[in-house]
Amino acid sequence: MKLITAVIKPFKLEEVRSSLTDIGLQGMTVTEVKGYGRQKGHTEVYRGAEYAVSFLPKIKIEVVVADALVDKAVESIVKAAKTGQIGDGKIFVSSIEHTLRIRTGESNDAAL
Amino acid sequence: MKESLFSRSTLALAAGLALTLVAGPGFAQEVIAPAAPAAAPAAEAAPALSAGDTAWMLTSTVIVLMMAIPGLALFYAGMTRKKNVLNTVAMVFAAVCVLSVTWMIIGYSIAFGDGGALNAYMGGLDKLFLGHLTKDAMSGTIPESLFIVFQMTFFAITPALIVGSIVERMKFSSLLIFLVLWSLIVYAPVCHWVWGGGFLSEDGVLDFAGGTVVHINSGVAGLVAALVLGRRKGYGTENLAPHNLVLTLIGASLLWVGWFGFNAGSAAAANDSASMAALVTQIAAAAGGLTWMVAEWIFHRKPTVLGVTSGAIAGLVGITPAAGFVDPMGGLFIGIGAGFAAFFFSTTVKKAMGYDESLDVFGVHGIGGIVGAVLTGVFAVEAIGGTAGLLEGNVAQVWIQIYGILATIIWCALATFVILIVLKYTIGLRVPEPVEVEGLDVNLHGETVH
Repeated sequence: MKLITAVIKPFKLEEVRSSLTDIGLQGMTVTEVKGYGRQKGHTEVYRGAEYAVSFLPKIKIEVVVADALVDKAVESIVKAAKTGQIGDGKIFVSSIEHTLRIRTGESNDAAL
Repeated sequence: MKESLFSRSTLALAAGLALTLVAGPGFAQEVIAPAAPAAAPAAEAAPALSAGDTAWMLTSTVIVLMMAIPGLALFYAGMTRKKNVLNTVAMVFAAVCVLSVTWMIIGYSIAFGDGGALNAYMGGLDKLFLGHLTKDAMSGTIPESLFIVFQMTFFAITPALIVGSIVERMKFSSLLIFLVLWSLIVYAPVCHWVWGGGFLSEDGVLDFAGGTVVHINSGVAGLVAALVLGRRKGYGTENLAPHNLVLTLIGASLLWVGWFGFNAGSAAAANDSASMAALVTQIAAAAGGLTWMVAEWIFHRKPTVLGVTSGAIAGLVGITPAAGFVDPMGGLFIGIGAGFAAFFFSTTVKKAMGYDESLDVFGVHGIGGIVGAVLTGVFAVEAIGGTAGLLEGNVAQVWIQIYGILATIIWCALATFVILIVLKYTIGLRVPEPVEVEGLDVNLHGETVH
């Protein structure tokens, strides 16, 4: 099992969600986050007072998938989230030791 | 750093005052034919009540109140940070409450009472608690009770305007005490000078609806208050951006609508003068909004919500002294002039000077008021308000206007400074630093907005 953590542009969330549903994933966790990378922030001017907004709003998606599905899932996230512009985000993949579904007690792949 | 800035600014202010004190009497000698004050308080004979005038003035009164609450409260609320929104609206709302009562107790008497030997400078104490008032007392063609409540709304909104200069750092208790003292020591006398038969109206200064009394007064007081109080913590380094400009836009729109009561209502009648005032008010507001927006588009690359709303308010401020005296072309140029001057001052000049006059009460009301008062002397049309301006050959009117502006600035700046210094060293003006950091809403009021 792998944990895929993807930080994407907020308006791409719906496309990413439907492309992951299409390859058979049944759930995900989404968080509204702020951050910056190469895109940096932007400046806002109010009556001549300039403020640097360093942290831009992003969406963080966390989804745990069976080993066999990892490549396919990453590929579909990239396809859906890519605009080609700076600030498209990043994807991190890490290993998960154990998964348990609270309601039924099923574990690992059966619990995904 | 903060101390040195303060003393430098104080020095500059003092130098400016000294200069104007020397210049003041010189202008006074050039005074020519006096003009009729916009709103004469006392009835000479016993004119009949006009139902039309009374209906219009009742309407004007309530829409001027709407300018303050919720108009001004929302206009300011949108520009503050989320942790200080409730404090901002509470200051404006409570100001309206405390000032209305103050007007009833003593304010009206100082502004419109008979000052006897001192009548050129202030009214007397003959109308304390409105004890003189009878139901059938008249002021022109409307009941005196209506005149009192109409003027009460002006008395309430003017000090409330100063709130914009001191938001996000002043103690609530000190603010309320300051506003009451200021309204009696500054507003009521200046109101008497211009509308209550004092020396400025005798000298022929034109101020239809309160360019000097309301806007220069509140603007100058705001600047002095910002200098005495010092900057907000984090000014220039942290992000102090407005939290919700939709509130500001709603507030500006309510102010704009209410301004018809303010300007056209200052005719104290439902007549051609009020109608012309309404027309030029709309023209100047629109021209002011456009001017600021375009200027900012050119110089800062983007037209902003804060810019177009601020510009409309600056245009309205500019036309306030001129409303009953100028024609539509005058309204257009006054809107453009006030809009651009306020833009330039609130963006470029304030930045260069480094003081934190939080919501630009001086930049918009002070500067817009000064420009409007001078241009009233330029664009006044004899066929409209009875007095000719510079364009009709009456050069002296411009000097009379400047004389009125200087008299107001000097008295207002000095008195405001003294009141604030006394409060600073007795009850204190600022909230403690941890309160300022965490926010005034939760600490001073025990409430948060959401």
